[in-house]
Amino acid sequence: MKNLVEVKNIKKNYGKNEAVKGISFNIKEDEILGLLGPNGSGKTTTIGMLLGLLKPTSGEILINGQKLEGNRIEILEQINFISPYIELPKKLTVKQNLTVYGKLYKINNINERIEFLSEKLRLRGLLNSITGELSSGQKNRVSLAKALINEPKVLLLDEPTASLDPEVGDFVRSFLEDYKKEKKISILLASHNMNEVTRLCKSILMMKDGIIIDKGNPEELINKHGRKNLEEVFLKLSRSKNELN
Amino acid sequence: MYGLFLRHFYLITRSFPRVLDLVYWPTIQITLWGFISNFFATHTTYYNNAVGVILTCAILYDFLFRTSIGFNMLFLEEIWSRNFTNLFIAPMKIGEILTSLVATALIRALIGLIPAVLLTSPLFGISILDLGIFLFFLFLSLYLFGITLGILVSAGLLRYGPSFENIAWSTMFLLAPFGCIYYPIEILPDVFQKIAYLLPLVYIFEEARNILINQTVDIQNIYNAFLWNGVYFVLSIVLFYYSFNVAKNKGTLINMGE
Repeated sequence: MKNLVEVKNIKKNYGKNEAVKGISFNIKEDEILGLLGPNGSGKTTTIGMLLGLLKPTSGEILINGQKLEGNRIEILEQINFISPYIELPKKLTVKQNLTVYGKLYKINNINERIEFLSEKLRLRGLLNSITGELSSGQKNRVSLAKALINEPKVLLLDEPTASLDPEVGDFVRSFLEDYKKEKKISILLASHNMNEVTRLCKSILMMKDGIIIDKGNPEELINKHGRKNLEEVFLKLSRSKNELN
Repeated sequence: MYGLFLRHFYLITRSFPRVLDLVYWPTIQITLWGFISNFFATHTTYYNNAVGVILTCAILYDFLFRTSIGFNMLFLEEIWSRNFTNLFIAPMKIGEILTSLVATALIRALIGLIPAVLLTSPLFGISILDLGIFLFFLFLSLYLFGITLGILVSAGLLRYGPSFENIAWSTMFLLAPFGCIYYPIEILPDVFQKIAYLLPLVYIFEEARNILINQTVDIQNIYNAFLWNGVYFVLSIVLFYYSFNVAKNKGTLINMGE
């Protein structure tokens, strides 16, 4: 499996504050990489750099073999992002929003794509609804449809199931597992839901204070730290001094 | 009660655009209306032979205002709806974003302008079309300056975040005293005249009055307006790109909060 995402020693400073202190990792095709860490550990900054919204102070990011620096537009065509902290225009209908983003991502067969995604994400009955009037779970599925409108090779997920009820959360997780398997995409999942990370991710990066303090698959980490589950590993690492860079 | 006062006090003292906003509204209002009052007190016969000059200038100014605010609104809408990040991770060049906003701002301004122009004739017996073919050049010049201001304010929003929003609403009022919309430039003090001559507005409104009152055309005014528009337009584009790069360094693009 080839690496779709290659992050090489990236750093990000805001003035004297070092938000990310030189981290490196890869994400392979057909892989979901979990990005864990306490608030302020540098996860959002890392995602921002992968999206080209933040310029690394140093280091290099390659997406599908292309350098992000200098190829931002070509790379943005291949990636997408979902976060509970960003929304779609509330006054537009679901279909209008998806059409707008279909156009922005230069999708040729927009109607077919919307049809496909609305079927997969149970949005068929909501296409003509006003986006701002939907429930959290429905909005989440619409945002997911927007994030998949361009058939991204790399999907960045920032707490994709935050504030969802267990049923909708489970639906979204199952959908992501199936979609990843079917399309062989790379997913970076930043989440505070340890059950979600255990279920979806074969490998995990633990970040703290801007560095990667541990990595491995969930089982390895649980055994290595002598804990019962990933949540306990998270608590141990969050409260301990940095162990590994 | 004190807690609520503190909430707003802290917000204002941590935001330069908000402090500026507090100070300059009264200053601008007093300055603008001071010049208008001064003009009418000393030139009571100036508009006697040209009924509708004020109304025509008001429509022209409103077109400028709508274009500029329209552009800002398009940008602010994305911030208010929390769609800003989605927009900036879409594969669009900055030039494409600006071009689409510029075109949409024109359509918005025209939607507001056309009914206003149509209403002035039956209501006041005045037609803005009296300006003839030169009306097109005046509108084009105003449109260029309107979107230039819009781009400059959007650059500020990128650089400083939503707290720059208040500036977005008030740029037009800041420039109004120097624009000589309702009075000739001679009414301004010398220092203000020097500033006014650096803006395209004064040439546009001087020429509108010249056509309507003197029934003559001074091409130099139209040329000067386009010249200054060109200078400010290029400057605004450069500043927008600069602000985008600063925003990428500072993280404003992923953190459009208060």
